[in-house]
Amino acid sequence: MTAVTMLVNGKSVTADVEPRTLLVQFIRDHQQLTGTHVGCDTSQCGACVVHVDGKAIKSCTTLALSCDGAQVTTIEGVGTETDLHPMQAAFREHHGLQCGFCTPGMIMTSIDIVRRKGTNLDEATIRAELEGNICRCTGYHNIVKAVAAGAQAMGATTKQAAE
Amino acid sequence: MYAFDYRRPATLNEADLALKAAPGAKLLAGGQTLIPTLKQRLANPGVVIDLSAIPDLKAITRKGDTLHIGAMATHAEVAGSKDVAAAIPGLATLASHIGDPQVRHKGTIGGSLANNDPAADYPAAALALGATMHTNKRTLSAQDFFQGLFATALDDNEILTEISFPIPKRFAYAKFPNPASLYAMVGVAVAETAGGPRVAVTGAGTDGVFRVPALETALTGGFKADALKSVTIPTTGINGDIHGSPEYRAHLIGVMARRAVAAA
Ligand SMILES: Cc1cc2nc3c(=O)[nH]c(=O)nc-3n(C[C@H](O)[C@H](O)[C@H](O)COP(=O)(O)OP(=O)(O)OC[C@H]3O[C@@H](n4cnc5c(N)ncnc54)[C@H](O)[C@@H]3O)c2cc1C
Ligand code: FES
Ligand code: FES
Repeated sequence: MTAVTMLVNGKSVTADVEPRTLLVQFIRDHQQLTGTHVGCDTSQCGACVVHVDGKAIKSCTTLALSCDGAQVTTIEGVGTETDLHPMQAAFREHHGLQCGFCTPGMIMTSIDIVRRKGTNLDEATIRAELEGNICRCTGYHNIVKAVAAGAQAMGATTKQAAE
Repeated sequence: MYAFDYRRPATLNEADLALKAAPGAKLLAGGQTLIPTLKQRLANPGVVIDLSAIPDLKAITRKGDTLHIGAMATHAEVAGSKDVAAAIPGLATLASHIGDPQVRHKGTIGGSLANNDPAADYPAAALALGATMHTNKRTLSAQDFFQGLFATALDDNEILTEISFPIPKRFAYAKFPNPASLYAMVGVAVAETAGGPRVAVTGAGTDGVFRVPALETALTGGFKADALKSVTIPTTGINGDIHGSPEYRAHLIGVMARRAVAAA
């Protein structure tokens, strides 16, 4: 067993883990943060996407020990039930989910797209950027609409905060 | 995954010592290939040595006519680097089309080259550009480095540290991606270098990445897509699988080579 410490959603956590522990196992089994899902376990579907040091990665294909000292943000860290993140609110508003299994990964990826590509996203960009996230229910149309609207809303929030 | 011991050295020297102390150990770069391999129990290395805490291995710099990229530079870092965009823009474009955004945040150029997947993108670029591979022990030309399917000249305890690319007059890479895996069905890299035109192909060879002398000769008279129209690619050494026959892939080599030259 090896000790690992990281900042998960702003809180410092430490645990003794086997070196083969994946980041997603650390998040779900050790931290009981079960919003991050495991769909494929083979780096294809994006259900497990979290942010490590601000960047979207697949937590099923990352060792927990490689994240020692890192800042990790999961879906639980972006908004609360009473105060949704603008991207979460947009997914609800635009019916960007059905069963909801892919949604945490979709939202974490979408927030990362805005970080890299800005708040004015065209459809082609959104579709290309969602390459690593699979949804088995929606057919993607409403997800694309939700990401575009969520991105705009994130822009408006930053502007308000700046004023 | 089988259980393993884990090391995370902070310097190249420490990594070297850790490798020497643990024969059979595996180096971990972005893990986008190694972790799936470990999950399938296709490897049982005993010790995994993570290179992610060695900052020196990440640098991207231009020195004169050469672009140097550290082995641990991620696909996203290469795609977003101003130095790469200024020196060899086609290389930044190549990196921006590897896998998906999450894979690009983790996967590294060194991991891709050391893995030498016959359908990976970087090997074609390294071969077409005549890159030099620097390790903790020696330097190797791309030509000598790639040795067939998933095989390279790297010894068991050798670490790829940096790749240097002579800056060409022109370079482009055109890939026909498999729509499911995004790996190249056929990918063609073309470069107009000081030593003449070079063309390298990934995804299509039964023995991994390879150069195409017939296409290179055709480009000597002028670096134009039209110059390649009359060249037919024979099917010897071209692989066939459920995604495409050797005939289809041979045809695609010609098509992608012309697209790459037109884009360069
Ligand atoms: C969903 C998905 C899609 C992908 N699509 C593409 C694609 O379109 N095109 C493409 O080219 N690739 C693709 N890949 C592969 C991806 O680019 C990998 O990142 C890459 O092949 C391996 O790099 P890595 O840094 O993850 O290496 P790792 O997985 O960490 O290591 C791979 C191998 O290289 C060895 N190694 C790593 N670094 C070094 C070093 N510095 N010195 C010596 N040995 C070393 C390791 O020991 C291991 O054997 C895809 C992967 C996934 C999961
Ligand atoms: S569970 Fe990680 S990509 Fe599917
Ligand atoms: S909403 Fe069911 S998988 Fe996307």
